[in-house]
Amino acid sequence: MTMLPARTKAWTRLVRTAVLASALGVGLVACGDSAEPTAEGSVEPTTETSNETTTALTGDVLVSAAASLTESFTQLGADFEAANPDVTVTFNFGASSTLATQITTGAPADIFAAASPTTMAVVTDAGGGDGEPVVFVSNRLEIAVPAGNPGAVDGLDDFANEGLTIALCAEDVPCGAAAVKAFAAAGITPAPDTLEQDVKATLTKVELGEVDAALVYHTDVLAAGDTVEGIEFPESESAINDYPIVLLSEAPNPEAAQAFLDYVLSEEGSQVLADAGFETA
Amino acid sequence: MPRPRGPGSGIPPVMLALSALALAFLVLPLLALVLRAPWRTLPAELASPEVGQALRLSLLTASMATVICLVLGVPLAWVLARATFPGRRIVRALVTVPLVLPPVVGGVALLLLLGRRGLVGQYLDAWFGVTLPFTTPAVVIAEAFVAMPFLVIAVEGALRSADRRYEDAAATLGASRWLTLRRVTLPLVAPGVTAGAVLCFARALGEFGATITFAGSFPGVTRTMPIQVYLALESDPPAAIALSLVLLLVSVVVLASLRDRWITGGAG
Repeated sequence: MTMLPARTKAWTRLVRTAVLASALGVGLVACGDSAEPTAEGSVEPTTETSNETTTALTGDVLVSAAASLTESFTQLGADFEAANPDVTVTFNFGASSTLATQITTGAPADIFAAASPTTMAVVTDAGGGDGEPVVFVSNRLEIAVPAGNPGAVDGLDDFANEGLTIALCAEDVPCGAAAVKAFAAAGITPAPDTLEQDVKATLTKVELGEVDAALVYHTDVLAAGDTVEGIEFPESESAINDYPIVLLSEAPNPEAAQAFLDYVLSEEGSQVLADAGFETA
Repeated sequence: MPRPRGPGSGIPPVMLALSALALAFLVLPLLALVLRAPWRTLPAELASPEVGQALRLSLLTASMATVICLVLGVPLAWVLARATFPGRRIVRALVTVPLVLPPVVGGVALLLLLGRRGLVGQYLDAWFGVTLPFTTPAVVIAEAFVAMPFLVIAVEGALRSADRRYEDAAATLGASRWLTLRRVTLPLVAPGVTAGAVLCFARALGEFGATITFAGSFPGVTRTMPIQVYLALESDPPAAIALSLVLLLVSVVVLASLRDRWITGGAG
């Protein structure tokens, strides 16, 4: 019965993903409908409650963010909405490479937060960024094993063991690219059984106990709580991922988006990210 | 345009306009796929080892899934069409659940049943050392799970519309039930079975959600064509379009071989 929380957790994640996906759909539709009023409304000076700022922010802020930012950005979004009641922050969490493809093919978004400079470059090289991206956090890989460590994994060299069931991220995804670097640094040829689509999918396989070990981010191990145990390894030093964030040049709601971006970069925002296990500058 | 044959039989302009819109909605995306295809580099894209691997795996697993569906699905269809027992309607409804269930949910359900800690999977692991997730058989199971309803419904429809007097005649002439089934009933509904098998194969070939959830994604073992398309879209969009064309071609071939047999078979 100890695996019950693991199942519940994974279920929660699946349901959450579905809800987010549909929320995004609604967000996109809403945004498409109200693009013009929003652009005007967001700089409109307030008449009734002008106690702290001269302009009130309104409308939707669409944030495409790396899957590993799910918990911390959801928190930041809720805090930002509390401070700016007329703004709704909608998130599209996924593999940074997927998000980059979506943005370059025209999916509306105000902000892109990627888990690697490479995936960010896909967007900025296509002229999608308004200004230069800023690195706001970094994250390091950690070995994740199901609670109780059934495979008796204690280091990176266990990933070469054919007898263990191993999940890694696909190489196209930042966590997979980082894993490749870590294995190269350690001189280990891993024997994975599955290459998952994004880091949260990889983590879910650990939470469900379907794999003996996986390489995910330190932040994911923390987010998973008691269902997953983390094992640090020295080679993670050579595979630290920088997370860049940028305001997009075709942002439907640039004023409110800039405000959210400033909030992410603020001391308060950094604290939320640091609490989630990110390394902040 | 054919002349209206009587009052009320002409097509109202609104209906005409809306149906044209519906047709454009269904056809234009596919047209875009064909128009944007990297025709010049297509042979090179399709000759890459990953594509060959994914295509072989997809054909193999979809064929095996179809065989499983035939072996288990035809008897189920026969029972649903010929036998009367309490709860038959409920059984019939249950059979069609995977048809409307989001495939990802099917994948999660399969994990919870057959995964390493699943209801049945934990015993498979403990007693036989068998773990299904991340193996090719897991792909076949996921595909069979989503595809079987197509076969069952097609075959059941064919059985219901088949003339039972031939079976009665065979029985009168002294044929056993098993002989009647083999020599009379099955040949009679063969077109329905074929149509069901083709649809079942096509659905299995296109399976994505249940497969990636239950079987994972590893080249040559569990990474089928649809998963390869999804992955390629992130790193190499032209390759993804090339792969999509192959799947589109397979669908068109399936459709052409089927014509409207399934629909007429099922309507009876």
